[in-house]
Amino acid sequence: MTTDAPHAPAPFSPTGEWETVIGLEVHCELRTATKLFCGCRNAFGDEPNTNVCPVCLGLPGSLPVLNRMAVEYAMRIGLALHCRVEPSIFHRKNYFYPDMPKDYQVSQYDRPINVDGWLALPTGRRIGIERAHMEEDTGKTTHVGGGGRIHDAGYSLVDYNRAGVPLVEIVSRPDLRSAAEARYYVDELRGILVATGASDGKMEEGSLRVDANVSVRPMGSTEFGTRTEIKNMNSMRSLGRAIDYEVTRQISVLTSGGRVVQETRHWNEADGSTRSMRSKEEAFDYRYFPEPDLVPLAPPPEWVSAVAAALPALPADRRARVAAASGLPVDSDAVATVVHLDLDGFVTAAAAAGADAALAVRRLANEVAASGDSAHRLSADGFTQLLLMESQGSLTTAQAREVLRHLLATGGSPSAVAASLGFEALAADALGSAVDEVIAAHPDEWGRFVAGEDKLQGFFIGQVKAATGGKADLKVVSSLLRARRSGA
Amino acid sequence: MTALTVAADVRAGRRKAAEAVESHLAVIGALEPAIHAFNQVMADSARADAAAVDAAVAAGQDPGPLAGVAVALKDNLCTRGVATTCSSRILDSWRPPYDATVVTRLRQAGAVIVGKTNLDEFAMGSSTENSAFGPTRNPHRLDRVPGGSSGGSAAAVAAGMAPLALGSDTGGSIRQPAALCGVVGMKPTYGMVSRYGLVAFASSLDQIGPFAATVADAALLFDVIAGHDPMDSTSLPDTAPSASARLGEGVEGLRVGVITELTHAEGIAADVVARVGEAADALAAAGAKVEEVSVPAAVYGLSAYYLIAPAEASSNLARYDGVRYGLRVPGADITEMYNRTRAAGFGAEVKRRIMLGTYALSAGYYDAYYGQAQRVRTLIIRDFDAAYSSFDVLLSATTPTTAFEIGAKTSDPLAMYLSDLCTIPSNLAGHPAITVPFGAGADGMPIGVQVLAPALGETVMFQVAAAVEAAAPPGPIASATPDRGRAGAGGAGI
Repeated sequence: MTTDAPHAPAPFSPTGEWETVIGLEVHCELRTATKLFCGCRNAFGDEPNTNVCPVCLGLPGSLPVLNRMAVEYAMRIGLALHCRVEPSIFHRKNYFYPDMPKDYQVSQYDRPINVDGWLALPTGRRIGIERAHMEEDTGKTTHVGGGGRIHDAGYSLVDYNRAGVPLVEIVSRPDLRSAAEARYYVDELRGILVATGASDGKMEEGSLRVDANVSVRPMGSTEFGTRTEIKNMNSMRSLGRAIDYEVTRQISVLTSGGRVVQETRHWNEADGSTRSMRSKEEAFDYRYFPEPDLVPLAPPPEWVSAVAAALPALPADRRARVAAASGLPVDSDAVATVVHLDLDGFVTAAAAAGADAALAVRRLANEVAASGDSAHRLSADGFTQLLLMESQGSLTTAQAREVLRHLLATGGSPSAVAASLGFEALAADALGSAVDEVIAAHPDEWGRFVAGEDKLQGFFIGQVKAATGGKADLKVVSSLLRARRSGA
Repeated sequence: MTALTVAADVRAGRRKAAEAVESHLAVIGALEPAIHAFNQVMADSARADAAAVDAAVAAGQDPGPLAGVAVALKDNLCTRGVATTCSSRILDSWRPPYDATVVTRLRQAGAVIVGKTNLDEFAMGSSTENSAFGPTRNPHRLDRVPGGSSGGSAAAVAAGMAPLALGSDTGGSIRQPAALCGVVGMKPTYGMVSRYGLVAFASSLDQIGPFAATVADAALLFDVIAGHDPMDSTSLPDTAPSASARLGEGVEGLRVGVITELTHAEGIAADVVARVGEAADALAAAGAKVEEVSVPAAVYGLSAYYLIAPAEASSNLARYDGVRYGLRVPGADITEMYNRTRAAGFGAEVKRRIMLGTYALSAGYYDAYYGQAQRVRTLIIRDFDAAYSSFDVLLSATTPTTAFEIGAKTSDPLAMYLSDLCTIPSNLAGHPAITVPFGAGADGMPIGVQVLAPALGETVMFQVAAAVEAAAPPGPIASATPDRGRAGAGGAGI
């Protein structure tokens, strides 16, 4: 476990006598052009309180009208997670907080749009999805002064641009067994959300937010322990840290004879610990009741099947395709990286053109992945061409890497880049003449080489390299030398 | 003068909208100090709007079916840039940035809005005494309530301050004050009129509807405001039935059921029962087939209503929290600010209903209260459906009594709630209902008879209402209305 906390609990061994049980609630902002119940722009980072209207400000007399595209995205998510799309209704979740213009949130409660699906981790293990329901986002509060919480703040600022942005909340079953597995789950889920086009998957902008329900139980037990809900994890790293911290805390409570209290706990990134926010007794009574301003949502079967039919390939299928094309293991990191970076099209294009697909995967998972977001400068055609130049010997491996670096930095075609770098690989016959000239200039050494003095191969390669100004592919040179010797 | 006449004259260029509106402003000027029908009289904008109507006519354009007709709006209907208070301190001086859909439709039809009328705070009440700005008085007797919650709109029409008004009806808030003030008041089928811009009380029950001196004028106003609105998800998708289509066609062959539970019931005064009987007889005489009919679950309407309406209200009124608009009373932290603001901003009846509704929705109580009330609602709909399998329309009392004295029921909420006994079932069922003035009680105060119809049954409902109106004995003359009788009975108009 990694933690910077000054009084961090002792490291926890996941293979000890306790089993960790985790269920995740992931809130996903949908990439609709407009909000869930009004025509205001759904955009991150705009000037505060500019994307607002009577509806999303909850002004007296305003009424919600459901965004059709949000329903479509929600169905895409549900179908991608193998859920059943069912007739659903909206409820009001009532509680007072200044980021909620109406002091209730319109959400789905006991009749959500998507139920009972699953997500396969890259290992193949299936994690149950209880539901994926629709709801509206709240505004965003900034508490100024005090401890950054509303009750001791000097004042608070509220930005209602986010109020009414459509969300889908994906609730897993308590099927995850470690922090690492939770991270795999979120990573896989994020890939699916992005693939469906429903989300941009940006955790750092809050378009993906994860709460974790965590409990522990003696290994082998079939009953669940008392769980806590952890909030405020803003990255994959903090998700893992927070779960590890909480598991360790719960085990130390239990092993010292205490009882875990069912409560909501707040993850504090700075000191790497969770803190109690409110207990079960203090939990809000949300007084859910059916939202009377909206009618029941019953997507016709034709719509559901049209959405299902139009679903794009999901990460798991794409990994399988890359693995098949390259011969690499389906759960290898390189394959996952290529799909994660949305570069699997390069592999299939390379394979189709007869280039080395395994080499393609390695180059993409290493050099291209390391280049950050520069991959957009690379075209599938150019990348394939580069692979072919390398395998056909017109570029050395080192030169090919160099060309790739330039393509990522500035774009262009591989042949033009190679030329500009002076990697104009010598044509095979030009190289042949160079080899012949070197042989002619060193008859003694050649005689000894032909007689079996193999170490002289390095001498001849060095001579050819010097004669060609380093442009020769040395693999080709050595094969030419061997050919000349066997023909001598 | 009826709205139909005014509009026809203005459209034909026989009368200036400016004159028509000015005459109503004059009545308002004379009577408003005694009656207090309005929270705000919009004299300046009314004159400007009337001038615009006249200019349109002069330019050869048709301003629309309500050309130059003065209309009063209940002050829970949003008007762009004009304070919309709901007669609550918590919204005092809040100016909506938009017009309610009905207001837009009125303007497009050439109507001239003359002001915002008083109501029970957030439409919660049956007497217009629960107003932060003081009670409205009944134009027939100033010591009597006008009913409520749309008491200001009812009184304005009864006093001739405007020929037409809009109100909202959640449990009878149009029909009950209309009956007590001797005017026509109608609640449409749920979803027939857009609620966009109506400040919500109980969303699943609220409907906006017309007040008028005559059935034909109410039909005229209904036809303008009814119809689909994409801004209201509960708005019906289809074209609204015409209220005016069969107004003069009589009731020959129609089947009319008199609802036993809402007429011959404990608490309904003898003179009210007598008027309903006379109306039934008149319809029979006009060729209708009239019988008694039982709608058994209707008696549970009041109980179900006082769970459902407060539950929805407790949520709808949560937004008045001092954070964004309206009243704010500072506190040490946000919770104290919320508490102080809501304690100071809401009146006693609103607080009572917020507490009732919060309780009814609480964990562990939801099913026994809100859930049970919804099941009763289903039963009421079922019983109405059964009745409508044998009858085209139903008839009943509108209110148990005539208008009571100001202050008589303010300390007894349950007695006040009983005023809506006969009107609530239509809201729970989502069906249309209309009250038509039909003579007076022993105290000389107006009595209304209610005509109920199945969902989307507005056309036949107005048809029967017109027949009831035609058979009605002369109504009492509003004493606070100088030189003015009930227009529908042929009294002198402006």
